[in-house]
This record gives sequence, C-alpha cells and structure tokens, in this order.
Amino acid sequence: MTLSLDDVKRVANLARIEISEDEAQQVLMQLSGIFDLIEQMQAIETSNIEPMSHAQDMIQRLREDVVTESDQHMLFQAIAPQVEAGLYLVPKVIE
Amino acid sequence: MLNASLKQLATQLLQRKISSVELTKEFLKHIKTLNQELNAFITLNEEMSLAQAQAADNMIAAGEAHPLTGIPVAQKDIFCAKEWLTTCGSKMLSNFISPYDATVIERFNQVGAVNIGKTNMDEFAMGSSNETSYYGPVKNPWDSLAVPGGSSGGSACAIAARMAPAATGTDTGGSIRQPAALCGISGIKPTYGLVSRYGMIAFASSLDQAGPMAKSAEDLALLLNVMAGFDTRDSTSIQREPEDYAHDLEKPLGQLRIGLPREYFAKGMSNDVASAVEAAIAEYRKLGATIVEISLPNARLSIPVYYVLAPAEASSNLSRFDGVRYGYRAEQYTDLEDMYKKTRAQGFGAEVKRRILIGTYVLSHGYYDAYYLQAQKLRRLIANDFTDAFKQCDVIMGPTTPAVAFNLGEKSSDPIQMYLSDIYTSAANLAGLPAMSIPVGFGDKNRPVGLHIIGNYFREAQMLNITHRYQQVTDWHLRVPAGLLEV
Amino acid sequence: MQWEIVIGLEIHAQLSTQSKIFSGASTAYGAQPNTQACAVDIALPGVLPVLNYGAVERAIKFGLAIGAKINSPSIFARKNYFYPDLPKGYQISQFELPIVQGGSVKIQVGDSEKIVRLTRAHLEEDAGKSLHEEFHGMSGIDLNRAGTPLLEIVSEPDMRSSAEAVAYAKALHTLVRWTGICDGNMQEGSFRCDANVSVRPRGTETFGTRCEIKNLNSFRFLEKAIDFEARRQIEILEDGGSITQETRLYDASRDETRTMRSKEEAHDYRYFPDPDLLPLEISREWIEQVRAMLPELPEARRHRYIQDFGLTVYDASVLTAAREIADYFENTVKQLPTQAKLCANWIMGEVSGRLNKENIEITQCPVGPKQLAELLMRVSDGTISGKSAKDVFDSMWQGEHSGNADAIIAAKGLKQISDDGEIEKLIDQVLAAHPQQVADYHGGKEKAFNSLVGQVMKATKGKANPGQVNMILKKKLLE
Repeated sequence: MTLSLDDVKRVANLARIEISEDEAQQVLMQLSGIFDLIEQMQAIETSNIEPMSHAQDMIQRLREDVVTESDQHMLFQAIAPQVEAGLYLVPKVIE
Repeated sequence: MLNASLKQLATQLLQRKISSVELTKEFLKHIKTLNQELNAFITLNEEMSLAQAQAADNMIAAGEAHPLTGIPVAQKDIFCAKEWLTTCGSKMLSNFISPYDATVIERFNQVGAVNIGKTNMDEFAMGSSNETSYYGPVKNPWDSLAVPGGSSGGSACAIAARMAPAATGTDTGGSIRQPAALCGISGIKPTYGLVSRYGMIAFASSLDQAGPMAKSAEDLALLLNVMAGFDTRDSTSIQREPEDYAHDLEKPLGQLRIGLPREYFAKGMSNDVASAVEAAIAEYRKLGATIVEISLPNARLSIPVYYVLAPAEASSNLSRFDGVRYGYRAEQYTDLEDMYKKTRAQGFGAEVKRRILIGTYVLSHGYYDAYYLQAQKLRRLIANDFTDAFKQCDVIMGPTTPAVAFNLGEKSSDPIQMYLSDIYTSAANLAGLPAMSIPVGFGDKNRPVGLHIIGNYFREAQMLNITHRYQQVTDWHLRVPAGLLEV
Repeated sequence: MQWEIVIGLEIHAQLSTQSKIFSGASTAYGAQPNTQACAVDIALPGVLPVLNYGAVERAIKFGLAIGAKINSPSIFARKNYFYPDLPKGYQISQFELPIVQGGSVKIQVGDSEKIVRLTRAHLEEDAGKSLHEEFHGMSGIDLNRAGTPLLEIVSEPDMRSSAEAVAYAKALHTLVRWTGICDGNMQEGSFRCDANVSVRPRGTETFGTRCEIKNLNSFRFLEKAIDFEARRQIEILEDGGSITQETRLYDASRDETRTMRSKEEAHDYRYFPDPDLLPLEISREWIEQVRAMLPELPEARRHRYIQDFGLTVYDASVLTAAREIADYFENTVKQLPTQAKLCANWIMGEVSGRLNKENIEITQCPVGPKQLAELLMRVSDGTISGKSAKDVFDSMWQGEHSGNADAIIAAKGLKQISDDGEIEKLIDQVLAAHPQQVADYHGGKEKAFNSLVGQVMKATKGKANPGQVNMILKKKLLE
C-alpha cells in the first residue's frame, strides 16, 4: 500500500500538528519507508487469532465509590498557560 | 565512594562513616564535573536533593533506616516528581513543574532515598540514541563519539560514569536494556504490571514498564524491592505478595536451562557482539547451566508489530499536550485550531511527530483492521512463542543489541535503522515478560556489549540470581570508563 | 405523498455516584470552577484511570430494568478528538462491547401501547464545559464535570412520531429515577437527549437519510425539535431536494434546528481499546445481587394497579410516573384497601394539584399518605361529604390540629348527619311543610323530588349525607 501526500496532511490535521508542504513531503518519504517495514505483517494469516490488547491477562479492578480528592485547582493552575477566575482560557470555542 | 555498591554505601551510612548529605554532595560534585560533557542530567536541584539527604540522615539517626535510606538515585525525567521540573525530554514540558509525585518517586521518598537529579532521555521516550531529547544528546561515557542508547540514555550514562549509584529507567521497546548494554551497565525491565505506571508519563501504555538501572544485579535487586508493588491508582498494576528480590541472589544455578533462540543467532548480529555473548554463555556452562536451542518463529515480526502498536497508543496518549492546562503553548495563533496545531508542531520534536502521525494513521478509519488489529493478533503469536519456549527452558539469552553503540548522528536521519536497534528487545514488551541486560565484555572500538536475558512472568528474582552469580565470577560490571573517576 | 417519521434517541444519563467514573473527585453539581477537577480529570501527564464500582453497578441496574443482556466482558475504548473541554484529547467510552446490550421499554401513547427496542447502553465519561461569556475574546474552561459518569442509552429507530419519542424519553426518565441511578435533573444536564430523525414515504422499508439533533434539554424541546426537523426534511424532499446527513442544533428561541457549525473534517474518532483499562468482567453473582436490589419496576406496578385495584390504564400510568408518587399511592391504599379508586382520584386531583401550585415534590407533601387515608376514610364512611373533604384537606395542608382529619372535622362541625332517625325526622317535617311538592311528585313531576332534597339539605345546613337523604326521601314518598 502506498501512502500519499494527502494521507500525511489528513493525518497531521487529525493529530492537530501544523505541517508545511515541505515537511509533508519529507514526512511522506520517511513514513513510506516505515510502512514498507510494517507491511511484513500482512503476510501472516491471523483469522483465528484473538487480538492482544494488554500484556497481562487480567480483569479490571474497581474503585469504591468514595470522594478521595480535594480541591487543588490553585496548585494545578499555577502551571497553566492562561487562567482567569479559576477557568482555563483558550481561544474562543465556536460551536 | 563513587564506585561503591549500594550495599557498601548502605553500610557506610548505617555505620555513620559518611552522612547522606556528604554522599549526596560528593555525587553532585562529580555530576557537575561531568555533566557539561556527558549531558546525562536535565535538571539538578541541589537544595531539594540536600534537604532529602538531611531527612535521610535523620531517619538513620532515629534508627529507621531502610537499605536505600540516604542513597542518591537518579530519576529518569519521565517520572513526575513534585516541585521538580519534569520535562520528559520535550520542549512541550519544558516549563512543567510537576504538582504531584509518581508512585515510583513516592516509593523512593518513603524509604528515604535521595533524588539526585532528573536524567536526560529521548523525547517522550521515543528513541534509541538519546538524540531526540530537546535538551540535547547524551554522550556515551565509554566513547564520546558514541550514543549512550535510549530512551533511558541519561540514566545509563549516569551509572556508567558513576554520577549516581542507582537510577530509574522505563522500557517500552528496550529503553532500559538497550542503553544499559551500550553503556556497560545492568538494567532490568520487570514483568508488565509489577511497577506502577502512575505518574510515569505514558508513551505506549500497554508496553511501558519502569525498572532500575545500576552497576550490578545485586544493586538492581535492592532497587526493585523499592520500585515493585501493587498500586491501586494503576488499573494494570498486579496485586501479588511482595517479594524480596535480593533473597535468592546467592542461590546456586542448579539445573538452569538456558534457551538460545535460533533466530537471534542466525544473522544480523555483528561478530564482536556474537563473540562476547558466546563467551558469556560459555561462562554459564561453566557455572552448570544447560543450553537448549529454542525457536521464536514470530520474533522477526516484533519490530513491525511494535511500530504499529506503540505509535498508535502514543498518538492518543500525547493528545493531552494541547497547550490548554499545562506545558508549552505557541506564542502566536489565530484561533483555537491554530493554537492546537502550532503548539503541537512547535512543542514536539520530529521523531515524536513522526510517531504520532504513524499512530494516527494506523488507527484511522479504513486502516484499523489492516494495521492495528493485525498487529494485536501478531502480538498474541509473539507472546505464544514465549509460552512455548518456556516449556523447554528457564530463561532465554541472546544479545541485547545487534551491535555495540553507534556514533552520534550515524542513524539519526534514518528512522528505520534506528528502529532496528530494538530488534531483540521489543518482543519482551509485547509479551509483557521481564527482561534484562548485563555487561559481558567489549566489542568494536572497545564499546560495551550487553547480554539479554528474558525470563518467564514474575521470575525477576531468578533472573537477578542468575546474573548475580555471573557477576560474582566476572568483572565486566565493575569496569569504569577510563579517566572518569580520576577527574 | 404520505410521510412517515422515523426517530431514534440517544440519551445521556448522568449516574448518581458520589465520585467520578475514573477518579476520586466529587460529582456534586454547582461547585466553583475547576475545584472538583483532580489530577486525573485535568489529565496531568502520567495519571491513570481506575473504574468506579458504583458506576458499573448502576449500569447493571439499568440493564436489568430493561431486560437487556449484561455483557461480560465489556471493553473500554478511547474516542479520540480534540476539544478544550476534553482534557485527555480522548473520551473514555465503550465501543465494540458495551456493558448493556438490547432490552426494551414499553411506552403508552394515547390508548395504544408500543415496545421501543434499545440497541445498547454504555458507560463513558462526561466532558467539561466551555463558558462563552467574554474573557477578552477567549473562552473559559471548567472541568468540574469532566469525568462524571454517563450512561449513553441508544434506542433502535422504533419511534414514528414526536409524541412517541417524548413518551419513550419520559419512560426512560421515570425508569432511571425509579431505579435511583440518575437524578433526572434536566436543568442541570443530568438527563440529555439527542434525536436521530429521518423521514420516508409511508409504506417504504428503507430508512431516509437522518439528521442528529443535539442537546434537547426538555421534553417540550424534544417534541418541537422533532416536529420542526421532520417538516424541514419533508419540505426539502417534496421540493425534489435531498437530505444531508449532519448534526443539527435546536434553537429554542426560534423554534428551529440549524446546522452545527461544521468542523472542517469528517469525524474520525480512531476508537481503540483503552490500554489503561482492562476488560470489565461482571460475575453472575454480582448480577443476581443487583437484581435482588431492584425495586418493583413501573411496568409491574402499573399492571398490578390495574389488576388488583381495578384502576384504569390511564390512572395506573399517572400514578407510576415516579416512584415517589406510586409509593405515596400505595401507602394510602394500604390504610384503605377497598377505596383504591378514591385514593387514586384524590392523589391525581387534589394532592398533585396542590403540589404543582406550591411547586414542591410529593416527598415534601405536608399531608402524608396516612393522613390522607384518614381523611378519605371519613369520605368513604359518609362522615363528611366530598365537598367538605376539600376544606378539611386544605386545613390539613396548613397543619391545623396537627393535620389530624378527625380533629379538623370536629372543630369545623363538618360531620354529616347520617343518623337515619334524625334524617327521617327532618324529612317528615319538610314533607309536612311542602304538601304541594309532594303532590307534584306523585303527579309525575320528577323535578319536585330535587326540590324536596334541596329543602332537606337546607334544613340541615348541608350536613346531611345526600345519598342517604335521597334514599330515605324516596322511601317516604312511596309510603
């Protein structure tokens, strides 16, 4: 399968990474090489194989429904790029 | 003192021959001498380190000492440590003072260990040479032209150069073992789930595992005793009886069966590495071990599988770096989307962006089954190979890396060559198995060679026993790069 | 052409847990911005989710209440997209294996009953809120709501009118509150509806292109939005146009739906199993435990009220609209087992009218079910008339005489004269005083009878039991 320049741009947009035309060209070359390597996977027949998502065969542990956290917004917001009145500020959100 | 084992240091501290403050100062002095050249540490905070050392001295005076109380430990900059700059080697977090402690940091704090500084690393742990760090490359103490390996290159370098007696690392595809091998030190990646991932900045969650890096297996055992343990804050943390990893260190090897995977010895390994590894295996024979040839037929797929799964998880894990709540935000932008795109374009380095793009692609509509799902299925086949292999042997050995450390800049423009550095290591992450690397000699240009040992699930104590026995009859782990201690 | 409207609903119910679905932060509503957003909720680097038992238990409860299958294992997946109120850049949700699969809800529209099938219900985390008031041209982000547990309940496209959609939404609203898994507070956003609406020529099988209408926060808006949207689609199709699949927003102030400013790309959420969370397994024993905790459900009660108490379908439905009302009704009837219809009438009439007027919940009603029963007992045994009972009820509401019905009746002298001898005596006097009416009655003038009853009631100042008066008067006139 061949990766196109449009694929690179589409994916960069999905990942919210600004990419110039030149960068996209360069990334396309590198990614194409990597995908050639990845392509080896396609030769293996896996129709009866259960996908493996986790390194251990374990089940989810549950937390008791109790409030354990207290207000730390002053601490957390001390390292925020822009805050006001306890809110994180971002360029206007348009719905 | 700089070359002492953890046990020796603990004895000195306990006998009050030296205080933790003195010890910490001595290491800090050594770090200051070397760091300019080696760049192993991103952040030093003398005041905080010494305050911890003072507290440790008080603990010792009060008779509350733990084997690691007062001992300086270099922390990989991937672990969030309260009030410490925690950058993960990225511009994105170049201003991130962590408001909380990772579980690993908390556990070291509890026993009174001293955080001696935060070590350099490949950006977000993505790299095998430490060249992707926003803070510049780390140099290999054995040869300043060589890379130290990555991503835990700063920690490996710090141990090799005796800038710290102990360090932490994390390993997603070989990030503890590969730099350990390239820097001639010992490192272990435990069974997935043994060490809590809470507060360890995620790269690929289902593969990431923290572990200790040190001079010897014995030191690793003492460090693992602190790091390992169940944590309710990590859903993938394993609930099991605590173990003393130092308990069995001296045990005779007995009927140890060492499996040598046919595939690892077939081709790809350079001659210098092959001869050092074969010599180590000969040593094990002398110690009474039996050698069994085994097969890991799907191991060759571990690089493609790894380079689908790890970027996929990473692309999602790194979405939180958006310039909204912490970290870097672009200076100039026109609107929200532009803020996101510029922040992430400027805040991430080339390798991180490359992996985010790969990961985003393999998860995107229409490609998921062919890439992500197929990789997950092959992951199972790779894991099954090990299950079969461990029916015939107790541990699996081979080279940690195909070759000794390469030169700085040699592979940085060729991602594929770089990715192939993990060819022997990433399978253990895919399977979740414990694996380690110990120094077993020197190869070309007198650069260190590492022996790779993969154990069965939760057999860390056995692996440390095996490597400790080896280190009792050899001295590779005691070698120090020339000139470093005389500075 | 005759058009048929096809509607499916997606309802987000906030689960009534103390803490968030993946963190130990509080879910309480109305706190100062970001004071309930902990390290996990603001997605600091390195933090990890751990699943809340209470959220899972509530999802199981819901699944059992609608007769669905509880999947074990079920899987948590990441839904990836960028939005400032989504701190991780992904929402933890369920995709391929949701916790609840299938099930159905019975709805009542007019006289007909209908079954609406559910596709699934899955657990997920809520996002924070963007506040759009001015911050130097910027938006403010409050993450207090981020991580609040949600159950997203997805129906099959089984509804054919806005009335059915509303009935279904109301039935679910009743059910989630009934089982205590959600407080159902629509103003606070605890129960939010999205509607998928399409139209097709009546009699055809294939579905038309659908539009999703977002965030309908009242039943009235749900109805109006569907009606508007259906009209809009029909107009387009009748003009020869075609429908574009899109997400639309209902604007209540203009009573119309409009295209949500489209994001410049098609959504590609890149779902994949969350590596931080393991498969959720739910044991048989746990399911049985939850089943044992389930209260008798509205449908079962409705059925019982019709069977055992002889109530109409309508009455039974009104009384089971909320568990508190049904409980009030049953506690009243317990005291007066033979007078279920009287109890029902009073609760649906006087009691609920008064509650509405005062804008309070039935649980806060100053006249408790036992007190109401005491009052109704006096109505049923003829001590007071229905009319005076309303006065007594009013006094009880005000708390007069500690709300004791008998004491109020006595104090107000409202007791009816129901002694046969006394009434006979009075009737004899009235008959003697009005010979003309008596003659008229015997001459066939029915109206004369009513006039005589009136005279008797007048003589007793309205305190005679009218039924009794009628009966005795008839008997006397026949003598």
